[in-house]
Amino acid sequence: MTDQPQQHGPGIRPLYLFLLVTGVCVLFVLNLALGSVDIPIEAILQILVGGEAGQESWHKIVVNIRLPRAVTAIIAGSALAVGGLQMQTLFRNPLAGPSVLGITAGASLGVAVVMLAAGTITSIFAIQQLSAMGSWLIVLAASLGSAAVLLLILLISIKVRDNVTLLIIGLMIGNVTIALVSIWQYFSRPEQIQDYLIWTFGSLGGVPLDQLWILAAVAVVGGGIALVLSKPLNGLLLGENYARSMGLSVASTRIWIIVSTSLLAGGITAFCGPIGFVGIAVPHLTRSLLGTNDHRVLIPSTLLMGAILLLACDIIAQVPGSTTTLPISAVTSLVGSPVVIWVIIQRKNLQASF
Amino acid sequence: MEFEKQIISTEELSIGFPARRTMGTPTVVASDIDVVLNSGEIVCLLGPNGSGKSTLIRTLTGLHRPLGGLIELEDQKLQAFSAKQIAKKVSTVLTDRLTIGNLSVYELVSFGRSPYTGWFGSLSKQDEEIVDWAIQSTGIEQFVNRDVLRLSDGERQKVMIARALAQNTSAIMLDEPTAHLDLPNRVEIIRLLRELAHDTQKGILLSTHELDLALKAADTLWLIDMNGNVITGTPEDLVLDGTFESVFERDSFEFDRSTGSFKLLHPQKAPIYLHGDAVGQFWTRRALERSGYQVKESNGTDIQVEVKRTGNDFEWRLHCCEDHFECNSIEVMLEQLKKYC
Repeated sequence: MTDQPQQHGPGIRPLYLFLLVTGVCVLFVLNLALGSVDIPIEAILQILVGGEAGQESWHKIVVNIRLPRAVTAIIAGSALAVGGLQMQTLFRNPLAGPSVLGITAGASLGVAVVMLAAGTITSIFAIQQLSAMGSWLIVLAASLGSAAVLLLILLISIKVRDNVTLLIIGLMIGNVTIALVSIWQYFSRPEQIQDYLIWTFGSLGGVPLDQLWILAAVAVVGGGIALVLSKPLNGLLLGENYARSMGLSVASTRIWIIVSTSLLAGGITAFCGPIGFVGIAVPHLTRSLLGTNDHRVLIPSTLLMGAILLLACDIIAQVPGSTTTLPISAVTSLVGSPVVIWVIIQRKNLQASF
Repeated sequence: MEFEKQIISTEELSIGFPARRTMGTPTVVASDIDVVLNSGEIVCLLGPNGSGKSTLIRTLTGLHRPLGGLIELEDQKLQAFSAKQIAKKVSTVLTDRLTIGNLSVYELVSFGRSPYTGWFGSLSKQDEEIVDWAIQSTGIEQFVNRDVLRLSDGERQKVMIARALAQNTSAIMLDEPTAHLDLPNRVEIIRLLRELAHDTQKGILLSTHELDLALKAADTLWLIDMNGNVITGTPEDLVLDGTFESVFERDSFEFDRSTGSFKLLHPQKAPIYLHGDAVGQFWTRRALERSGYQVKESNGTDIQVEVKRTGNDFEWRLHCCEDHFECNSIEVMLEQLKKYC
């Protein structure tokens, strides 16, 4: 313990931050380069700085397809990771995350209700093609859905102090929400079900370039709130009573955490479909890498780590060199589940695994 | 005598839990509390389990709403302060367990600066100096970089006290800071708190179950009895006027004013006159009382025990009726007593 560097000082760890930023950049370029069509990295860099690439088709593929998708991966990864981090700190539960507590399911219900209310055989993608207004509607519905579930969880969390009980209740609420969606599916036409099923597989490619700014805005607002909450989140690490005794306003912090997380989880789910496990796995990865629980360091690092994980998962999902693609939520679960198992095995005490 | 300043005072304060429904009656834990916490003094809050020690501490720190009455913090109403302002005047060490890891001791202590730092919680030069001072004052320099999960109970308690110190308040309130600690650690925590109260002129309030430790360490005692009355005074006064005894009265044991400790059993056997060397007498008395004899300090009993001391060796001379015995240990003496009485 003595040979550790004297790094007790609070603040950003420059080396780790540099590594994470580099990681994001490298994976971003790789993500653009790898796919069904191999495009050399030099050409990618040329296109990125606005120059002419060797072929016209490369330019089109990169700018219209791969760039929006890679940017979506960065935004979605960061947003879900920070959403999960806030949930874990708020509930002081290492297994909390937007999807575990049914918040993603709530977003799905919101989307399902909108599709039902539309009364047409429109798929989520069709709605997105309509206009920015349609996208806003989906984002709103998904955010409201996730906020409703999160509020319910929070109300219960005031009564129920025990973390494990709360987690189980959250899972149950998620189940109820999913059940509601499945009842709707039961009474729907096969084509509608197929559309919804495709939506649940998750997709990073469904956001066109001209609508990316909506996603970006939602993520920036949600992530911004999280950053502003760094200090109260730190206080919450010691428990609500300590946070209050240090002059932090716990009630308003809770509300802002709800707002931030439902924006992040709801927004991403609306555009990309439910993407599981990023929210749980990334905060743990980041904590073990940095060895700190200080949210002023943790939040920026989690943002970067989330982007790295989802960019990497997307590269895998593309199955470079082939024309097939795998559903992104399946890939994240395949990567994320072992991480969660690893965390549980590493720390014998579940409560202490933060 | 240093000038003592009132930090916290209450008038007819009643504490408890508000009614669950609008028609229900609130649960009053203790009422008519008139207490004062002065700067530079240590106050021990004693009372049986469930008498409301934690509730009183939480009420005085603004974590819990009082049912009625007045709390004054530095001559102003407590309710007039915001949570942040209270946090600059009163810090607490609670019984809430720390469940998180991946946090260094330094980081934890620096959280104590929260009421002073900006929205992002960055420490200024001055903040860092105060954190360093808090770490030095509590003697936790050796493990500032250690993960808080890997601290022993005693170390963790010191770290939590350092965090409270970093809050730079005029009063510190500790809810059972010595619970779960072994004797050396208990004594060390109390000694640390005494030093802090003396050196920094902070007012320190701590609740505890350690009656003997409280009697030795406290400048003032606050006693809560089972009826929710709070009695305050200097420990020795409260012992001599019998208040201390009555608060902790139980069928199974009683408080002995002459020794300041509790007796487990009532004497049932014959009275014994005990005299001789003071140290030997003290321990012999304990053995005799545990065996059920009544120990007297005046002669006129059938049995007499005299303790003699030569260097480090003790000898017991037992006069029983007309017989005399020399015993070289308490065990032998007790055996002899059993045979005769």
